[in-house]
Amino acid sequence: MSITLPQIIFLVVAIGTLFTGVMVVVARNLVHAALWLILSFFGVAVVFAMLEAGFIAVVQVTLYIGAIAILIIFAMMLTRKVMNDTEPQTNSQWVLSLVVAAAAFIGLAGLLNATAWSPLQAVSLEGSVAQLGRALVEPNQYVLPFEVASVLLIIALIGAVAIASEKN
Amino acid sequence: MPTFDPANIFMWAYKFLGWWLTSLGLAPEFVLFVQLFAAIGMLATVVLLIPIFTIWLERKIAGRFQDRLGPNRTGPYGLLQSFADVLKLLTKEDITPHKADKWIFNLSPLFGVLSIITVWAVIPWASTMVGADINVGVLYLLGISGLGTIAIMMGGWSSNNKFALLGAFRAVAQLVAYEVPMIITLLIPVMLSGSMSLQSIVKAQGQMWFIVLAPFAGVLFFITSIAEIGRAPFDLLEAESEIATGYNIEYTGMKFGVWMLQEFSHAFAVGPLFATFFLGGWQGPYATEIPVLGIVYFMLKSFFGYFMIIWVRSTLPRIRIDHLMSLNWKFFVPVSLLALIVTALVDKAMSEFAPGTGVAGRAIVLFTANVLLVISVIIGIRNAAHAVRVKEEGDDHAEHGDAADSHDDHSAHPAPAH
Repeated sequence: MSITLPQIIFLVVAIGTLFTGVMVVVARNLVHAALWLILSFFGVAVVFAMLEAGFIAVVQVTLYIGAIAILIIFAMMLTRKVMNDTEPQTNSQWVLSLVVAAAAFIGLAGLLNATAWSPLQAVSLEGSVAQLGRALVEPNQYVLPFEVASVLLIIALIGAVAIASEKN
Repeated sequence: MPTFDPANIFMWAYKFLGWWLTSLGLAPEFVLFVQLFAAIGMLATVVLLIPIFTIWLERKIAGRFQDRLGPNRTGPYGLLQSFADVLKLLTKEDITPHKADKWIFNLSPLFGVLSIITVWAVIPWASTMVGADINVGVLYLLGISGLGTIAIMMGGWSSNNKFALLGAFRAVAQLVAYEVPMIITLLIPVMLSGSMSLQSIVKAQGQMWFIVLAPFAGVLFFITSIAEIGRAPFDLLEAESEIATGYNIEYTGMKFGVWMLQEFSHAFAVGPLFATFFLGGWQGPYATEIPVLGIVYFMLKSFFGYFMIIWVRSTLPRIRIDHLMSLNWKFFVPVSLLALIVTALVDKAMSEFAPGTGVAGRAIVLFTANVLLVISVIIGIRNAAHAVRVKEEGDDHAEHGDAADSHDDHSAHPAPAH
């Protein structure tokens, strides 16, 4: 079974995303960790693009990198002591957490191995964005969760403004 | 061998490269890879070479606006001025501040330029020439501007300089704030053309440019784009008298040159985007038969947009940061939402109740709706300003009343004896 170019690209992207994911946790400097997180978001967006979900890939870049990552960076920079972080990276419970993480990894790997994966059927992509839009506003599809989610966002927005505005 | 087609020369070159590589015996996947790599390389090179010309153009035109000549010593008509500037920047000392974060300090100008070059991947140059005709082009533009914001943030933070950090915060605040009305006004061409792909938006303007169908949205998009690129009158981010030039204060030499490249490339990117969304992109007489002509029309329109940016820059004074933010949230966002709602309602009502209207009828109805919208917005602004003025005069009267009372008190009491 010869290796094809899409497989090479997927391997490179997957290994890159895993590496940046590990660096998020391992990096000493918090802002560096945020930047590695941005790179891992990119990796996930590339995986989405390779699965022919272009819309989700672009939404991933827009929301995760353009909003959430900026939010994380702002939150880190507006608190003090970001520049000089000299605490040790592990605390006294590292053995137990290592055991739990290894057990979770073995369990998940076993589960993934035992599943019978079938190849995805290729879906026609013509007008997929239009289908998504229609699904969000059709009465018998997802309009109710859509409206409830927008109300939730408005509540969060008003709450943030109320907390941030200084009332003497 | 693909037949030589002068009307579509770039496409012919692409196919020729593919034919030549296949004849050398390469696997088809790798042929595609090399073809795409060559195309991307050429596009990125052209995008990076255009600022050399537009910097000279900007300085000349800005000079003429200010009743002076602009650069005219280096080379004929000052054409070699950009080269002289680059040579000067290359010979400057490259300083990294003490305790600055080296990796991020060096990488953030590159991310800034990266965010500009990748914008050009979706802009259609001609009817057959577009980098990547993705069907979510407009959303892609929004994502890429988020990437540029992160580059500025990183540049300001990694300089280990509180003023750079403050400048970066203000820059990010302005950029993120002005993305909102920009995207809302971008939804109007998406609605009018029925697709988010930029090539489809340009093709939908074959009969009538969107600037006629939605002039208010076009103007709003233009203004918010000027705010997005940090140009006058919104150029607080980089002005020397404001917060000591902001996020690029610690950058010297060619790294500063790369930040300036990012700024000029971004400024030139607004012209093509405005031309694509509202001025009909590459549309023009015979643009579909002779694709190379499409490039000519596209360049003419984008340089017109760029000329308007320089015009606005030379005319208006700088806006203060708090005025800028309140202008965005209190004016641009509600007004752009109003424009979106009005356009959606009018367009849908027309297609429901009068499905047979031709291009001219649709244009007249939408244009009238826009004119009415502009009139109501102006009336709204006038009323709001009138209310503010009345309130201020009321406060003034109250102050004068207090002053009069205190005068009476002084005259009532006898002067103290020395």
